[in-house]
Amino acid sequence: MTLKLLSKAAVLAAFAGLLSFGGAVMAATTEAEAPKTQFSFEGPFGKFDQAQLQRGYKVYREVCSACHSMSLVAFRNLGDKGGPFYDPKYPNSNDNPVVKAIAADYMVDDIDTETGDPSKRPAVTADYLVAPFKNEYAARASNGGALPPDMSVLAKARERGPDYIRAIVNGYKAAPAGLTVAPGKYYNPYFPGDMSSSWKGDPNDVPEGGVIGMPPPLRDGSVTFDDGTKSTLDQQATDVAAFLMWAAEPKLNERHQLGAAVLIYLLLLSTLLWFSYKTVWKHESH
Amino acid sequence: MSGHSTYTPKTGLTRWLDSRLPILRLAHDSFVDYPTPRNLNYFWTFGGILSLCLGVQIITGIVLAMNYTANAALAFNSVEHIMRDVNYGWLIRYAHANGASMFFIAVYVHMLRGLYYGSYKAPREVLWLLGCVIYLLMMATGFLGYVLPWGQMSFWGATVITNLFSALPLVGPSITTWLWGGFAVDNPTLNRFFSLHYLLPFVIAGVVVLHVWALHVVGQNNPTGVEPKSKADVLPFTPYATVKDGFAMSLFMIMFAVFVFYLPNSLGHADNYIPANPIVTPAHIVPEWYFLPFYAILRAVPDKLMGVLAMFGAIACFFALPWLDTSKVRSMRYRPTARLYFWLFVLSACVLGLCGARLPDDQVIPGLKTFTLIDSDPNSFVWLSRIAALYYFAYFLLITPILGLVEKTSPVPETIASPALNAKKA
Repeated sequence: MTLKLLSKAAVLAAFAGLLSFGGAVMAATTEAEAPKTQFSFEGPFGKFDQAQLQRGYKVYREVCSACHSMSLVAFRNLGDKGGPFYDPKYPNSNDNPVVKAIAADYMVDDIDTETGDPSKRPAVTADYLVAPFKNEYAARASNGGALPPDMSVLAKARERGPDYIRAIVNGYKAAPAGLTVAPGKYYNPYFPGDMSSSWKGDPNDVPEGGVIGMPPPLRDGSVTFDDGTKSTLDQQATDVAAFLMWAAEPKLNERHQLGAAVLIYLLLLSTLLWFSYKTVWKHESH
Repeated sequence: MSGHSTYTPKTGLTRWLDSRLPILRLAHDSFVDYPTPRNLNYFWTFGGILSLCLGVQIITGIVLAMNYTANAALAFNSVEHIMRDVNYGWLIRYAHANGASMFFIAVYVHMLRGLYYGSYKAPREVLWLLGCVIYLLMMATGFLGYVLPWGQMSFWGATVITNLFSALPLVGPSITTWLWGGFAVDNPTLNRFFSLHYLLPFVIAGVVVLHVWALHVVGQNNPTGVEPKSKADVLPFTPYATVKDGFAMSLFMIMFAVFVFYLPNSLGHADNYIPANPIVTPAHIVPEWYFLPFYAILRAVPDKLMGVLAMFGAIACFFALPWLDTSKVRSMRYRPTARLYFWLFVLSACVLGLCGARLPDDQVIPGLKTFTLIDSDPNSFVWLSRIAALYYFAYFLLITPILGLVEKTSPVPETIASPALNAKKA
């Protein structure tokens, strides 16, 4: 009897152990936990909010793209289904006039086929978003040695990416007294770092977070939203986080939709198989 | 179990074929008429589920290979090209990436089922060994595949794992250079990993054929561990096992679909969406979840070579199991003491997995500072993994051999049919 109880306890403990697999991985660095945002694309039925993506794109274009490239996103993608400028009238996004106009605003490198010399031409929808710097060295030289990361998959390259991005741009704080921050660097409690070496206060009370090379990029009114939404810092931060999630996972809407169909199919199939199983085994003990 | 064939070709064509290549007879004897114990529970459906997993991985993998570029400068972007531009590329890639995890979930259930019901015991030793070979090949394939997207975790995972071989005395560094195809993980490494990642699944498929062959020679074990003695103990594979396997596969596919469509990145690591960078080491290098227990064993041992040997030893234990178990009773259904130790073993493996995901010096109970034992605080994941690893090895090397000689078992039924038929009455 005792053995049976012990055995049961061991089973329970084993499952508890299995469940705790999901626990977060701790690193030596610290950072404040990014606040949870309710995005429209979350949950099994979630999808991108097109108006929000348009606002987010505007923040990216007018502010972020001064330093951050987005090399995996083409202009045509902006007009793809689920994207910020999708228009059902133009199933082929290369025909979408908004997308064409956005592309035409940029000049891209080309080669003059007559002379073989490097040349410039206006971008077309098939071109990729134009990077702000020629190369990594140029990017570092303009940013105090720091490299602004490419934003194509940034929202997937950080844990809880959209929340993290919103928290970073929204969460700059003045460095607490006793914390030395090098010139050209900025304290941000949501940026992972280890502040213990630049902290003069109580060693058991080192501030969370780290220093980031990016100056606070947004403030109230940084951009003017075309849809009349009030342009607060938090609004811009939330919208650009949603836009970056779209850039990282452009097929999310399609994925959620297809997933529902697949699950309905599998549930029906399972039900049918369950009844088949019951019928086949009706007269057999097991 | 593989008795006289009952296959009778019905048409002229099948009669003609049967006297030239009796392949339909083989299929009929293996998957239609094959006698299966009538008392198999749902844990016996994982063999079928595993073949489904292998099929999914091979099919999605072949399509991915059509669009993937195994070049250090292009690999990351080619995966993103699949995600963005290839028709349903996102589906194929997410199915393949999560399929690996599903494969390992299924194989762990399958192995623990074998452990619990004594499926490795005579006359099924070769069947078990072939299964261990498949598991080893799966681990190699999974590791090689994780390197291909050429993200930060791909690159650094490859660096850590290939560096393990450098711990071998004398030949270690040469072997590592040979594996890399250079003096660091780089383009030649990626190319050969891709080549091997494409090759090994077909090797697995070949060993699966041997595994199924061996299974059909000795017959399936069953929850009682008692061999079938008469026709009353068995049922034909089709329709009885096929329909039950089909139902279980369908349920498994539901779990698979939930991951692919709603949690596609939850089992991966965010760092792998950062392109590989040999100059920047990630704050925390962790392997995929299915390797974590072995990773914890590796780090539990202070000496690198000993750690590597312990890690491979942890896998070798499975190979040796048929000869470590001294119990006369096959199934733990009738071994109450063994059952307790078995669940503690499962717990130790889970704890090791947990430790593998943490930094060795992190505290298990936050805020509790004790003292230094040998090299670190006993309240740390490195010490927790040491305790769990000791139990892991003790289970195979001490408990299993000794327990079989001293334990008190409960009465084992005469035949499979007797408890099964009684259960129906009750």
